[in-house]
Parts: sequence; C-alpha cells; structure tokens
Amino acid sequence: MIRTKSLQFTYHDTKNRTFCFPDIDLPSKEDILVLGPSGVGKTTLLHLLAGLLPPKEGDVFIANTCLNTLTRKQLDYFIGQNIGLIFQRAYFIRSLSLLENLTLRERLSKKKSDRYRKEELITQLGLLDLQNKRVYQLSEGQQQRLSIALGVIHKPKVILADEPTSNLDDTNCEKVISLLKKEAQSCKSNLVIVTHDKRVKSHFDNHISL
Amino acid sequence: MLYLAYKNLISKPLNTILSVSLLLLSISLTTFVLQVRNQLNQHLENNTKPFDMVIGAKGSPLQLVLSSVLHIDDPTGNIPLDEALKITKNPMVKETIPISYGDNYRGYRILGTSNEYLDKYDATLQEGKLYEKPFEVVIGNEVAKKINLQIGDTFTSAHGLAENGLETHDEKPFMVTGILKPTGAIIDHLIITNLQSIWEVHEHNDEHNHHEEEHEEQREITSLLVKFRNPLGALQMSRRINEKTTMQAALPKFEIERLMRLLGIGFRTINGIAIAILLVAGLSIFINLIKTVRERKQELALLRTYGANTFQLIKLVFLEALFLSLLGSILGWVLGRISIWFFSAFTENIYRYHFVFSFPTNKELLILILVILTTFLAAILASLPLFKLNVSKTISDV
Repeated sequence: MIRTKSLQFTYHDTKNRTFCFPDIDLPSKEDILVLGPSGVGKTTLLHLLAGLLPPKEGDVFIANTCLNTLTRKQLDYFIGQNIGLIFQRAYFIRSLSLLENLTLRERLSKKKSDRYRKEELITQLGLLDLQNKRVYQLSEGQQQRLSIALGVIHKPKVILADEPTSNLDDTNCEKVISLLKKEAQSCKSNLVIVTHDKRVKSHFDNHISL
Repeated sequence: MLYLAYKNLISKPLNTILSVSLLLLSISLTTFVLQVRNQLNQHLENNTKPFDMVIGAKGSPLQLVLSSVLHIDDPTGNIPLDEALKITKNPMVKETIPISYGDNYRGYRILGTSNEYLDKYDATLQEGKLYEKPFEVVIGNEVAKKINLQIGDTFTSAHGLAENGLETHDEKPFMVTGILKPTGAIIDHLIITNLQSIWEVHEHNDEHNHHEEEHEEQREITSLLVKFRNPLGALQMSRRINEKTTMQAALPKFEIERLMRLLGIGFRTINGIAIAILLVAGLSIFINLIKTVRERKQELALLRTYGANTFQLIKLVFLEALFLSLLGSILGWVLGRISIWFFSAFTENIYRYHFVFSFPTNKELLILILVILTTFLAAILASLPLFKLNVSKTISDV
C-alpha cells in the first residue's frame, strides 16, 4: 500500500526548484506507472517514496507507516525491509560476485539468507551460470536483470523502478517489464515504475503523469 | 561486512600491498631494535652485575670491562699478582676473584680463575667434577655443545685469543673433567681452569728464554674482579687506584652505561627512521581509505538503499583499516623476529653471543596499539564524508 499526501520537495541548489506531486493512493498488489518528460521530478518522487529524501511538505505512507515519523535508524531498517529499488543504471558492489551481491542485499535487509529463493530467482532471470562471475564481467542486459534480482530478492512491500527500460531494445524491454510484473506478483508487492518510455505504457492500467 | 571489507582490499591489491609493506617495514624495524636493545642490555647487566670493579692494566676502561667481564675484547695487559692482592686486604672489599687468560681452544677462551668465579654466576656442574689439578678444566655448556667436547677429552690450547692462533702449546694438553649446566650467562662460552694451569702453560712455553727463579715473584694475572661491601666504596677506591698505582680500575656498571649510551644513538636513529616510516604508512592507509570512500561513493550509497545505516558504512571503513593494520603489524613482527634470528647467527659467530626468540613484549603490544590507534584515526578522518553522504544525489548522478 502506498499513499502520499500533498507531497512537496525543494532542491536547495542554484535553481531552487520546487516540485509538487499529485497524491497517490495505491492499494496493495497494484501497479502504477509514473510518466513524464525529463526534469519534472520523476526520480525525486521515487526517492521520496523510497525514503531516501525527506519531503519538504506532506507525508508518505508505505504499508501504513508514515516515513516522516521514523527515526533515522528506524527508517534505514524500514528501507532494508520494505523497499526494493531498481535503478536506470545498474549499481553493484564491484568487488563481489553476482551471488555475493545478492547475499549482501539479503543480509542488510536483516532477512535470512534463502539459498532456494536465490537460486530460483537467478534461474528465472537466466543468470544461473554466471552466479560466481564478477558483476563487471556481465553484459548490460545481464546487469539489468541482476539489478531486478537485487530489487526483489528480499521480498519488499514496494518495488520502485527508475527508468528500467530506457537503455534496452524492444525485446529486452518486454522481457524486463514482464519480469518486474511477475516478481511484484509473487512478492505481493506494489510496483511503481517511473519512465518516459512510451513502450511501457500499454502494460499498465494505472498511470499518473507529472 | 568482514567479507566485504576483505574483498574490497583484495580488489585493489597494489594499494593494499603498499600500505601493508610500509607498515611491515616500520614494525619490523622497531621490534628488531627494541629486541636487540633489550636483550643486549639484559645480557650486559646480568654479566656485569656480580662485580663492582675490575682492576687491570692501564688502558681503556671500556676495553678492560669488555675483556675481563664480558670476554669479548682483548685484555689491556697483565698486572702483578701481589700488587693486586693488596687490594683484597682493604676492609671495604667483600671479595676478589683473580682471572688470567691468554689462550684459547678453537676460539673459546681458557680462563684461569678461582672457584668463586663459578659461584658468582651460579654455575653448577651438569656432569663430571670440578678441576682439582692444573690442566684440568670444566667447560661451559655452549662450548661442550658447539665443539663437542666430552669428559675425559684432552686438547691443547692455542696461544692468544684468536682462533687458529699460529702457536700452540702442544706439550701440555688440558683435560675436561666437568661440564657446567647452562646458565644463560657468559660463562657458558668459557673454558675454566685454575690460575696455576695458565701460569704453567706459559712457564713451560718461556722456559728457553727465562731463568727459573724469576717466576715465583713475577706471577701475573690479567685482572682482578672486585665485589665491595658497599657499592659506594667502588667510586672512592677506583679513583685512588687510578691515581696512585700503575694499575687501572674500571667500574663495569658505569662503562656499560656509557656503551649503551653510545649504542643508544644508533638505536634512536633507527627508531626515528621507523617512526617516519610509520607516519608514511599511516598516511598511505589514510589515502587508501579516502580513495575507497570516494571511488566507492556510489557503492556506499547503494548499501544505504539496501538498508545499511551510516554506522554500518563506517564499520566497513574501520574493518578495512583494521585489516590493513593487523596484517602489517603481524607480518612486521614476524619479519622482525626473523631478522633477529639472522642477526643472532652473525653475533654468535663473532661475539659468541646469540639472541633468543621471545614472545611479544609489553612494549611491542604498545606499538601494536599505537599502530591500530593511528589507523583508526585515519579511518575516522576518511569516514567523515559518510556522515554527509547524499544517497539520492549520489545514486542519480550518472
């Protein structure tokens, strides 16, 4: 469940841009697509939802918890437990292997290492043969799939994807979208995708535009 | 976390090797110097403790102490026995031990002395019996081991103190009657007999040139070791002997202190270099960590989106620092001990003195703590940016 109320954010940089966001009210298990051209604050909204930025005005509720009321420590713990972020550009720990990256993610979310789930997940994503490879040895498509795995391995309540398809061709774009939807379904989580990619639009019923 | 820290270090081996080897070099130098200084000091103190004063021929007082007490230098000359014995009568003197030497067997000195000499070093027999007649000797434990002499063996001495001396006293062989227990003191490296043996060897040797009757009066010894009732007596008396007689008095304690002061300059220089290297090592670790934090900013931000808190990131930096400092310190300590071992083989050959392996001392633990504190300081400075890490911005900056 995701709910936002009169959310506002201001960047304290040279431009002092202020963004006002429409309220979102998303029941459990439903997906939503956030559309809009570059620079309207899509990523900002995503980071507000992920608890990485504190809103200037308004509140974010995830699974009935108001993020603003949490202490820093509680927030970190909450993020580890409930948020799965998937970035436009894939980030990993370069010194670790694919499997070690997944294990680290599990550890930090304070969830038990589940070998079976990891194997199932990387098999689904076609990464099983690469599990002991260093992440920088993977191709871009493989990295993007690993990024999805890292976003869902700990069964978060909310999966937040930032332009997950913008660097991909049509075939891979389809694949990634269906993978995300499938994982969101199996984790019973909300999926929020922010994108300016028109190809994604047809796959989702709920849209908001910024 | 520990695994990640380890992996991070392994992934940039050159930086890690640089930091660790600087630390290693510094630690091995300091522990080496510390050990040599400690052991040497203890060795010198233990061996000079039994005596307050040495009386010998005029010359360098340090040389007199080195030769007569520590048995490493050449003696300054001989003094007449009867003149030396006058000292014994002084009421301040508790006891005196005459020693005389001039011969060696395969580099080990043959020392003519009285039985009290053995008591001074608490030397007791391991097997056999004490010498009774001239030309009977007891040998120190190291001597027995190194040149494999056993009870009943005979040998002839070589004139002088140099190994392989040209002239040997073939006519009068010495016989081993006893072997001493190891004492850890200089006595382990000596061949001990009574004064009579030494005199007789040389009488025999000089027979062709001298008249018989001269010998009785001209008995000479190398030096007289003196123990006072009251250590203050030593100062007074040494002054008097040095001014009034043809002999020289030297105070071992004073001379050894002087020697250690002279050596101290060398030790301090090496220590200074070691500390300089330690500072560079600390700087290198600091740079290493700062680079980690900067280059891995995005990875660290990523960890934050995984639910890691700032404290956990700092822990990661600290673990890397701790790993570096422990690895450097332990390897450095091992290298220091290995150098002691090599150095020992060298001193064993030349000075008949070897260093022993010892477990970490308090001072060395102190150095370890100092090193860890230094690296922690580096880690604290390096992790300051983590407090201000803007996760959102770092993650979205491409």
